[in-house]
Amino acid sequence: MAQTTDTPRSFQEIILRLQAYWASKGCAIMQPYDMEVGAGTFHPATTLRSLGSKPWAAAYVQPSRRPTDGRYGENPNRLQHYYQYQVLIKPSPPDLQDLYLGSLAAIGIDMEMHDIRFVEDDWESPTLGAWGLGWEVWCDGMEVSQFTYFQQVGGHDCHPVSGELTYGLERLAMYVLGVDHVMDMPFNDPQAPIALSYGDVFRQTEQEYSRWNFDVANTEVLLKHFEEAEAECEAILAQAHDDPKTGKRIVMAHPAYDQCIKASHLFNLLDARGVISVTERQAYIGRVRALAKKCADAFVQTDAGGWVAGEVTA
Amino acid sequence: MPDLLIELFSEEIPARMQARAAQDLKARMTDGLVEAGLTYAGAAAFHTPRRLALAVDGLLDASPTLREERKGPRVDAPEKAIEGFLRGAGVAREDLKVQDDKKGQVYVAVIEKAGRPAAEIVAEVLTSVIRNFPWPKSMRWGAGSLKWVRPLHSIVCVLTTEAGAEVVPLNIDGIASGDRTAGHRFHAPDRFTVTGFEDYAAKLKRAHVVLDAQERADHIWQDATNMAFAAGLEVVEDKGLLAEVSGLVEWPVVLMGDIGAEFLGLPPEVLQTSMKEHQKFFSVRNPKTGRIEKFITVANRETRDNGATILAGNQKVLAARLSDARFFWENDQRVAKAGMGEWQDSLNNVTFHNQLGSQGERIDRIAALAREIAPMVGADAALAEQAARVAKADLSSEMVYEFPELQGLMGRYYAQAAGFPDEVAAAAQEHYSPLGPSDDVPSAPVSVAVALADKIDLLTGFWSIDEKPTGSKDPFALRRAALGVIRLVLNNNLRLRLDRLFDAQILRHRINPDGTSDRALLDELLQKVADHGVIGAAFRSVLDQVENKPAWVEKITAHKPDLSDDLLAFFHDRLKVYLRDEGLRHDVIDACLAMPGADDLSLLVKRAQALGSVLATEDGENLVQGFKRANNILAQAEEKDGVSYEFGADPKFAEDASETALFNALTAAKPQIDAAIEAEDFNAAMEALAALRAPIDAFFTAVQVNSDNQVVRRNRLNLLHTIRETCLKVADLTKLEG
Repeated sequence: MAQTTDTPRSFQEIILRLQAYWASKGCAIMQPYDMEVGAGTFHPATTLRSLGSKPWAAAYVQPSRRPTDGRYGENPNRLQHYYQYQVLIKPSPPDLQDLYLGSLAAIGIDMEMHDIRFVEDDWESPTLGAWGLGWEVWCDGMEVSQFTYFQQVGGHDCHPVSGELTYGLERLAMYVLGVDHVMDMPFNDPQAPIALSYGDVFRQTEQEYSRWNFDVANTEVLLKHFEEAEAECEAILAQAHDDPKTGKRIVMAHPAYDQCIKASHLFNLLDARGVISVTERQAYIGRVRALAKKCADAFVQTDAGGWVAGEVTA
Repeated sequence: MPDLLIELFSEEIPARMQARAAQDLKARMTDGLVEAGLTYAGAAAFHTPRRLALAVDGLLDASPTLREERKGPRVDAPEKAIEGFLRGAGVAREDLKVQDDKKGQVYVAVIEKAGRPAAEIVAEVLTSVIRNFPWPKSMRWGAGSLKWVRPLHSIVCVLTTEAGAEVVPLNIDGIASGDRTAGHRFHAPDRFTVTGFEDYAAKLKRAHVVLDAQERADHIWQDATNMAFAAGLEVVEDKGLLAEVSGLVEWPVVLMGDIGAEFLGLPPEVLQTSMKEHQKFFSVRNPKTGRIEKFITVANRETRDNGATILAGNQKVLAARLSDARFFWENDQRVAKAGMGEWQDSLNNVTFHNQLGSQGERIDRIAALAREIAPMVGADAALAEQAARVAKADLSSEMVYEFPELQGLMGRYYAQAAGFPDEVAAAAQEHYSPLGPSDDVPSAPVSVAVALADKIDLLTGFWSIDEKPTGSKDPFALRRAALGVIRLVLNNNLRLRLDRLFDAQILRHRINPDGTSDRALLDELLQKVADHGVIGAAFRSVLDQVENKPAWVEKITAHKPDLSDDLLAFFHDRLKVYLRDEGLRHDVIDACLAMPGADDLSLLVKRAQALGSVLATEDGENLVQGFKRANNILAQAEEKDGVSYEFGADPKFAEDASETALFNALTAAKPQIDAAIEAEDFNAAMEALAALRAPIDAFFTAVQVNSDNQVVRRNRLNLLHTIRETCLKVADLTKLEG
C-alpha cells in the first residue's frame, strides 16, 4: 500500500489521479451535478443513492459554493467556489480505510514519511436531515479529508450503510504541491506552453462573486425564488405516482430534489447577504430539511431507491 | 487455572471514549463471568486507538456444579400436584426423596446443575457484552446490523493454560473470534498469532504498539519535557490534552517545532488555545518571559528523516492557523482602540433568549443592577456600570467568535487596549467567575459588583419566564450561577439583602422587553422595592396608587408575588449543598433559615456556623435536649389546656432551689443573648445559651413540671416558655434532628 509515487505537478493532475484511482477500484466516475450546491454531498449520486438497499459506488468532482466564505480571492485558503472530490460506496466495504489510504498514495503522499491519523469528527447536515460517524483525516496535522459512515439521510436510516469520503481538493493539492497561496497553485502543468495558475482561472471570478454575494444579490428576488423552489418541490411530490400520459409509475424524486438543492443554495446566498437573523436561520434550515426529507421519502418509492412493486418499504 | 485474553480490534476509536470503554469492557466481562460462576484472580483492561484489550487471569476451568434441594408437596398430595411439581423441577418420580417436615412427609427434588466449561461461558458473556456495549455513540457499517463505535474488524478470544492456548469460538455478525491481530497500521500491518497476554503485549511492542495508555502518556510527557528542557524551555502542563493525545497514537513520537516569529506577539492564551484546539499541540514556554515560543506535537510513527517532513507539515498548518488568529487579533484591536462601540452596538442585534430580549438589553439590566450593588460591595457606582457595559463586548469580537473559551480574557485585553481603567478591564475577565465550585472567586469590588449583577440578572430572568432547573436539566447553568452568587457573597463577607436585589431585577425583566420610556416612574418603583422589600402586599398598594398606569405597571401588578421567595428558596437549597460540603449539617442550616434576614447569606452562615460549633460541644448537645424536653412538655400542656403559657414566670412561686436558679440564669442570659444577637456575635449568643444547660438539666432533675399544685404548675410552664423563647432567639432549635 505504501508505495512511493512521484509527486504530481498540478491541481488537475491530482484530480486526474484520484479519478484513475477510484475508477480502478470499481467506482463509476460521475460528472459534477449541474446545479449550485454547497458540498459534494448534495449531488444526488450521494444524497439519494445512499438511500435504499441497492449497492452503489460512485466518485466525482463537485464544484461547491459557499457564498459566506468569499474573500475576493485574497485569502490564501478561503474561496466561495471550490472543488470537492467525493466517493460514495454502498455498502461500505470492510477495507475502506485502506482504499482511502491508497488514494493518498496515488496522489503522491508517501506513507513512510507522513503522519496520517483518523481523528474523531462526526458529520451532521441539518439541511439534509443526515448524520454519520467517522473522522477527519489528518496528514501531518492538516485535515485532508472527511471520512463518514452514513447512518441517516433525509430522516431515513441507512440500510446498508454507505461509506463517504470527501476531499477538499484545493487544500489537499496545496499541501501536496507545497503551495502557500491557493491562487499561486499550478492549475495545469507548469511546463505546458500555456501554464495557468489557479489564480489565472479563478481570481477574477472570486472577486466578482464576492461582490455579488455580499453586496449586490437582490434579496427580494432570492427570497421569492426560495419560496418558489419550495412550492415547486412540494407540488412535484404531490403528483400521483402513476403518470396519466404514459400510464407508467413515475415518481419524480429527482426533479423535486433539484428544487430542494435550489432552495438550499438560495438560503446560503441570503445568509451571505446578512438578511437572515439568528432565529430565522433555524427556521429556514428546517424548511430545507423538510423538503430533503420528502425527497428522500419519494426516492425510496423509486426503482433506484429499492422500491419493488407489492412490497411495503419501511 | 486458565488465563483469558480478549482483544476487540476496530477502526479508530475516538480518544475521549477509550478509557471509559476499557473500564466498561472489564466491568461487564468480569461481572458476567462471576455471575455465571467463573471467578478469577485478577483483570486488567487496555486501550489504544484501534483496540480494547482485556486480560483476566486465574479463571476457573469451569463453573462449579450447583445442587439445589427443592421442597415439594406432601407424599399424600393429589397426583396432579405431584406431577406439576415434577414438571417444574425437571426431575423424574424416582429421583424424589422423602423428608420429614412439620406438615408431615414431603417430597424433595434434588436438582443438579452441571458446571459448564469456561470457554462456553466466556463465549456467551463476550457475545452479550459486545452486543450491548455502552458506547456513548455507536454506528452500523456495511450491510450488517451490529453496532460498535466504528467498524469492528476482529476479535481475539484466547484461553491459555499450561497445555497451551485455545481460541474460544464465537461469531458475531460474521466476525469469528481467533488468535490473530495486527500491529501498527503503517509500521507493522501484518497479522500475527498470540498465545496469551504476555505474548500479546510483547509482540505488540515489537509491532510498534504501546498497549498501555499510561505508558504512552508517560513516554510523551518525558520526551516532551526533556526536549523543552534541553532548549531552556518548559512544557505547559495539560493533563486533558496529554490523555487525548495518548489516545490518538499507538506509537508516540514526540517532535518539537518553532512558532513563526511573526506570531510571538499574540497573547500566550491565544497561542495556547489555537494550538491546542485545532492541532492538539502542547505549548512550550520560556520560563523567564512567560512567552510561548515553541510547540510539541506527537506523531504516530517514526520516519527515516526523524520526523522532519512531519514537523515541517505541522509547522505549516500552524502558521495558517495562527495567521487567522493574528488577523482576528489585529482587527479586534482596531475596534477595541476605537472604544468597542461597534461591538456594543452589534450586541443589540444578538438574541440572548427569545423571551429575555437581546444581549444589549441584558447588558443594560446588568449595568443598572451593578450600579445598585456597587455601594454595597465597596465599588464606585459609575465604574461598576461602565464595567458592566464593557464586560461582554468581546462576545462580538472575531477572536471570541473563533475561540469561545477565550471570552472574558479577550475582553480584558481589549478593554486595556481601549484605555479603560484597570478595574474595568479586570471585571471583563473576572465577572464570569466563579464558574465551578473550586474556581477562584473575584475580590476586586468592581469585578464583584458586575459578577453579582450578571448572575442575578440571569437567575431572575429565567425565574420570571418560569424556566427553572428541573432534575438533571439545567440548560442555562442556573445552579452554577446561584452557587457563584453564594461564593461571591461568602468569600467577600458581603452583607446583601438578596430579596430586594431579586425584586428590583425581576422588575427590570418585566419592563425592559417592552422598552419603556417611563424611566422616572420605574426608578421610583425600584426605590419602593428597596424600601419595602419583597414584592407583595406592601408593594402592591404602592402600585395601586400610580395614576394612569402604563401597560407595564399593569404587568407588574399581575405579577406573582412569590417569585422572589421561590428564587430565594432555590438559593437556600444551593447553600445547603454548599455548606454540607463544608461540613455543616442540613438541619443546622434549616434551624437558621427560619430566622429573620435569611436572604443575607453572610449573616445566615455566621449563625449556622456558630450553631454548628456549639452543637459540637457537650453543653450544646445537652442544651438542645433540654430545649426539646421543655418544648414538648409545654406543647402538650398548651394543647391540653388550650392556652399558651407566655405570661412569664415569677420566682416567688418557686418551690425548689433549681427553679430559682433557672429563673435567675434565664433572666441573666436574656440581655446577654439580645446584645450578642444585636451585635451579630452569634458565638457569644450561643455560648450564653449553652450556659443555660446546667440550670435546665438541674431543673428537670429536681422538679416535676406537672405538679398537683396548679399555681406551681402554671409557673413552671411559664418558665418553660421562657426557655423556649430564649432559645428561639438564636435559632429555630425545633428544626434540629436527633
